[in-house]
Amino acid sequence: MSDVLVLVGHLAGPVGKASLELLTLARRLGDPVAVCAGTVDERAVETLGRYGARRVHVIESDDVREYPVAWVRALADLTADTRPVAVLTESTPDGRETAARLAVRLDSGVLTDVVDIQDGPDGPVATQWAFAAGYTVTSRVVGGIPIIAVKSNAAVPEEAPATPAVTRSPLVLDEADRRTRVVSREPRESTGRPQLTEADIVVSGGRGLGGAEQFELIERLADALGGAVGASRAAVDAGWYTHTHQVGQTGVTVSPQLYIAVGISGAIQHRAGMQTSKTIVAVNKDAEAPIFELADYGVVGDLFEVVPQLLDEVARRRA
Amino acid sequence: MDIVVCVKYVPDMADQPRFTADHRVDRAGGQLSELDEYAVEQALRVADTVPGTHVTHLTVGPPPAAEALRRALAMGGDAAVHVSDDGIAGSDAPATALILAAALRRLTPDLVLCAMASTDGGTSLVPAMLAEHLEWPQLTFAAEMTLDQGGTVQIRREAAGEVRHLAAELPAVVSVTDRIGDPRYPSFKGIMAAKKKPLDTWTLADLGVPADRVGPAARTVVDGITARPPRAAGTIVPAEGEGGRRLADFLSTQKFI
Repeated sequence: MSDVLVLVGHLAGPVGKASLELLTLARRLGDPVAVCAGTVDERAVETLGRYGARRVHVIESDDVREYPVAWVRALADLTADTRPVAVLTESTPDGRETAARLAVRLDSGVLTDVVDIQDGPDGPVATQWAFAAGYTVTSRVVGGIPIIAVKSNAAVPEEAPATPAVTRSPLVLDEADRRTRVVSREPRESTGRPQLTEADIVVSGGRGLGGAEQFELIERLADALGGAVGASRAAVDAGWYTHTHQVGQTGVTVSPQLYIAVGISGAIQHRAGMQTSKTIVAVNKDAEAPIFELADYGVVGDLFEVVPQLLDEVARRRA
Repeated sequence: MDIVVCVKYVPDMADQPRFTADHRVDRAGGQLSELDEYAVEQALRVADTVPGTHVTHLTVGPPPAAEALRRALAMGGDAAVHVSDDGIAGSDAPATALILAAALRRLTPDLVLCAMASTDGGTSLVPAMLAEHLEWPQLTFAAEMTLDQGGTVQIRREAAGEVRHLAAELPAVVSVTDRIGDPRYPSFKGIMAAKKKPLDTWTLADLGVPADRVGPAARTVVDGITARPPRAAGTIVPAEGEGGRRLADFLSTQKFI
């Protein structure tokens, strides 16, 4: 089997779920090679192996933290060595930026926002959701090494234990690779809640909440259900919640098992970010709100009565 | 300072997109991609504060794509360039970036501004691809952008786990999000003035881009497009003082509680 390069990235703790999803998909195409840097300890190697990495390749350089283009150089070097059948990255801003530059450098085709990959007679066949997730598109790369940027939650991580070989290489950047540099990073405080893109349950609040303080109600419901907190663009623009929680076209797209939209009307830009959720629940006082067109279950009423009652019910039924 | 804003003519996303038999987006009707207005706005803000700034809007697309340029010119700026050629239809992101990069080599700007994504394809690939072609730095997904007098551009990127500040020396490619500042509306005067601003049309031959590298030579192919099946109609109930309990019942039957 041929190698499939999987960009795991810089590790400073446990391997993320998104990387395990990439490894799970990569196995369908060949032998996954996990490409990483940072703290790649025994535990990280064991985890990567458990999800099917045949090889863990460590880039021995801190430049990947300082220069975003360093990953492009690292992957291009590895590609020249191994001629992989595909390169997989996450479809995040960072992953897409790397995929874009790599595609030009290798003269390859690239696909983004991929939600499924199958092997085909002419190479990987990717499924994408396009046009505000209103369409399902199947595509292939027909020139060069396929570079595929995969959305999180595209696959359920499956174990396929392997004992990976660990290989290492230094990284030599040229001047052009250093032209974009990181000046500083401010880590966000962890909320203790699951990550929005990875969560099985997402509870989102919108304009109907009427203010920042009322988002506590959304947080309480998310915590009661073990979910993540999302927000509509209107709520974010009003300054009630941070942008990293924005669900929609210009925020994150989520596809959880359960999406609860509270006080959200359901504009097209919001729907683009959540309409692939398995089960959709809406609470809104306006019976005409377009969100109800998507909802599997909707309650027309005052969220300030419905949500507290729901919280009481959840507590009571669990007691 | 010379700034080029790369813009795209896209179908109105409020309408159902139409596709041609060979799985291309039908571009018969459309508009300036809404997210591009944020990039235009940033260029105009630089022009408002740095004397001698010249702003050119650039697009690649079929003849009606000139409408997107007129709209951008109505917001402001000095000139526009439309790369239009029958050989371009069907180009994917790498092919589009190849054409834009060729035009940028000719325009020799100090700063290239793009949106974070188009509202149709939405790949976000083109800005970094332009930077790679030009061997320039790229600063993408900027929620804030500052330019200093020494020619350093710095951005603030709101990433998932952190806020990151990135910097580069000009010339550079910057892509901006819709967090960076609301775009201005074209004034009546702006719309009238836009009609008189120079709009040049260039072909692939003008730019020396080989036809066999673009259009049908795209490195990706779409095998199929299907509309998502509409969601089955759900159960919508009035709260009537029981909304929370009704919702809890539903969540219980679905095993979420």
